Amino acid sequence: MGHRVGMEVSIAVSHAVQMARAEAIAAYPITPQTHIVEHLASMVANGELEAEFLNVESEHSAMSACIGMSAAGARTYTATSSQGLALMYEILFIASAMRFPIVMTVANRALSGPLNIWNDHGDIMAARDIGWIQIFAENGQESYDHTIMAFKIAENHKVLLPTIINLDGFILTHVVEAQEFLEQEQVDKFLPSYHPRFTLDPKRPVTMGAFAMPEMYTEVKFAHEMALRNSYDQILKVWKEYGDLSGRYYHPVERYKTEGAKVLLLIMGSLAEVAEIAVDELREAGDEVGLLKLRLWRPFPFQDLREAVNGADLVIVCDRALSLGGAAGPVMAEVRSALYPLAEKPAVLGYTVGLGGRDIQPSTFKDVVRLARAELAQGPQQEFHIFGVRG
Amino acid sequence: MEKFGYAQSQKFDTYASRLMPRKEYFTSGHRACQGCGEALAVRWVTKAIGEDAVIAHATGCMEIVSSGMPQTAWMHPWIHVAFENTAAVASGLETGFRILARKGKLAKLPKVVAMGGDGGTTDIGLQALSGALERGHNFTYVCWDNEAYMNTGIQRSSSTPYGAMTTTSPPGKLSIGQTTQKKNMVAIAVAHGIPYVATACPSYLFDLFFKVKRAIETPGPAYIHVLSVCPTGWRSATELSVRLGRLAVETGVFPLFEVVNGKYRLTVEPPKLRPVNDYLKIQGRFRHLRDKERAFIQRHTLAAYQLLLEKCGASYPEFPVISETEEESE
Ligand SMILES: Cc1ncc(C[n+]2csc(CCOP(=O)(O)OP(=O)(O)O)c2C)c(N)n1
Ligand SMILES: [Mg+2]
Repeated sequence: MGHRVGMEVSIAVSHAVQMARAEAIAAYPITPQTHIVEHLASMVANGELEAEFLNVESEHSAMSACIGMSAAGARTYTATSSQGLALMYEILFIASAMRFPIVMTVANRALSGPLNIWNDHGDIMAARDIGWIQIFAENGQESYDHTIMAFKIAENHKVLLPTIINLDGFILTHVVEAQEFLEQEQVDKFLPSYHPRFTLDPKRPVTMGAFAMPEMYTEVKFAHEMALRNSYDQILKVWKEYGDLSGRYYHPVERYKTEGAKVLLLIMGSLAEVAEIAVDELREAGDEVGLLKLRLWRPFPFQDLREAVNGADLVIVCDRALSLGGAAGPVMAEVRSALYPLAEKPAVLGYTVGLGGRDIQPSTFKDVVRLARAELAQGPQQEFHIFGVRG
Repeated sequence: MEKFGYAQSQKFDTYASRLMPRKEYFTSGHRACQGCGEALAVRWVTKAIGEDAVIAHATGCMEIVSSGMPQTAWMHPWIHVAFENTAAVASGLETGFRILARKGKLAKLPKVVAMGGDGGTTDIGLQALSGALERGHNFTYVCWDNEAYMNTGIQRSSSTPYGAMTTTSPPGKLSIGQTTQKKNMVAIAVAHGIPYVATACPSYLFDLFFKVKRAIETPGPAYIHVLSVCPTGWRSATELSVRLGRLAVETGVFPLFEVVNGKYRLTVEPPKLRPVNDYLKIQGRFRHLRDKERAFIQRHTLAAYQLLLEKCGASYPEFPVISETEEESE
């Protein structure tokens, strides 16, 4: 079952949204998200997707309208990038606190300033704490698969949390790849139509978005925290079910040639494929280096990570974003604190790479491994490094 | 809409109990201040909205006094998301209901109503509102205009009138208070070419009630701008709230009219305009104004009123005599 197609990843994502039978889409254009929403608009215009496409006047309104659509009871989707995600920021927290299962693609792009339309993870890292489920895709196939799965995860009544699928802007969104699509009947069976827990229904009036005094706020946030943490089990269930359907199984932390590796690279997103080449070349040269790919960013897979680093002396985290003036890149800070409680733990060093679309080659990762080893030998000289800064 | 002219509007007490719906949709127990004109307006607007409706509300006084978790004063299905995005939330609701009805998942389309304060409407929410009006959603937007950011402690908005004292437009040695004229939000709504726009005030309940009904029944976007007297922010006596709303209309400061498909019509026509000072002098927020500023406000009010009369093709009422120096014309 399923059929192979070759197409731009953005278009594949729009097909995934179509096959998921999204009912309501509100979006505002921003490079490099545009191809996704343009194709959805045309599908709606041609009757290929029975949905409403709402052309809002800003991303702030896009997320606000998505909340309205979801509160009405519709399966809701949007996509954005960089400045658009930043403009949504205020409303992102509210969407998750109100437990609306909106699915959003973020075509990851650097944040201004200076203005830069190319890829890094600065946009999503600034929105790290919004209380959404956050997943990173590595290639076109994963982009398609995770978009479909996101609806099933988000809408699960044990979860009811909005979900972001992160796709590297341009270097993933605009690449033409071969991928395998499920048949529509398979998707329909996997993802039945959306049954909301609560809607704004005149027959069953409810108040949504009441404010909370100090004696309530902590409890509401605790419930939100528990919901996000507990979504982990449901995410794994959905990934397993999809794996049985498609033959493609996904894990919170993916391992590549980690057997016996004393040094592990760790990265998120599509550059993992570049890192794989570096690992292949290092392994061929007899160097026991492996690669970890963090797929599930929120909820953070603490246990998976702790198991995955077992036996390693050094974990080199290649962040794609900065936390200016802070401990390290956001991923490295997270990884280091996840590993800190372990009695035997590897050293964790941080090298931020590929900011604002700076090209990354397999040689970059080999350089990073070499630099990190030297740093480990002489003791860390600084909190973290921004790789490849030209003097 | 039936015409409830000035004379009829004065007879409200005789009609009220029998002609208006008894069912309450905005229940008692909310925490609005004594004499809150906005709470009075909400009560009657929700009655006019009636059954089968959902409400999206902006952050502001009304949201805060009515929705402290785990209580609510709203009998309608009601959603609050944030301050500046209520028109966008309502757009989403209307769109969501529409696709669900088209797919046969929803038997009946609920009416969609958005509500927000003057700050949430004329300032920070203007973009979202403009977008929603331009897109032509079938919804009604109601602005509660108490002429300042009351929820955060009486700061000026673009809807605060000239000369008013607020905490961020304080009168001082170098300032007379608010130095700008009230933004003409109604004209902005009209400029979107929407089918129904109106002003209203809970001091004229029939007028308010039927305008809301008409707005709800009008396909496409409708906008209603409701003057909501705020004794706390206006520094006025709480028992004068209804009176103040009447004075706003009788002085021509806040005329009651509607614009149906671009055509203006006065719905309450005072046969004679009172001097503006009748309205100003019982509000502490204007206390600091000198004769000069009062006369300026009087002239400005009449000029604006004349422009409106021309748009409405209405006949001129008797105007008060203006003198540059008079302090009070009563
Ligand atoms: C983005 C944002 N900025 C500021 C605020 C703070 N704030 C809450 S209510 C409010 C004023 C509301 O004024 P208005 O819309 O006129 O309603 P009122 O309280 O006067 O009825 C402000 C400034 C906020 N909640 N959100
Ligand atoms: Mg106000």
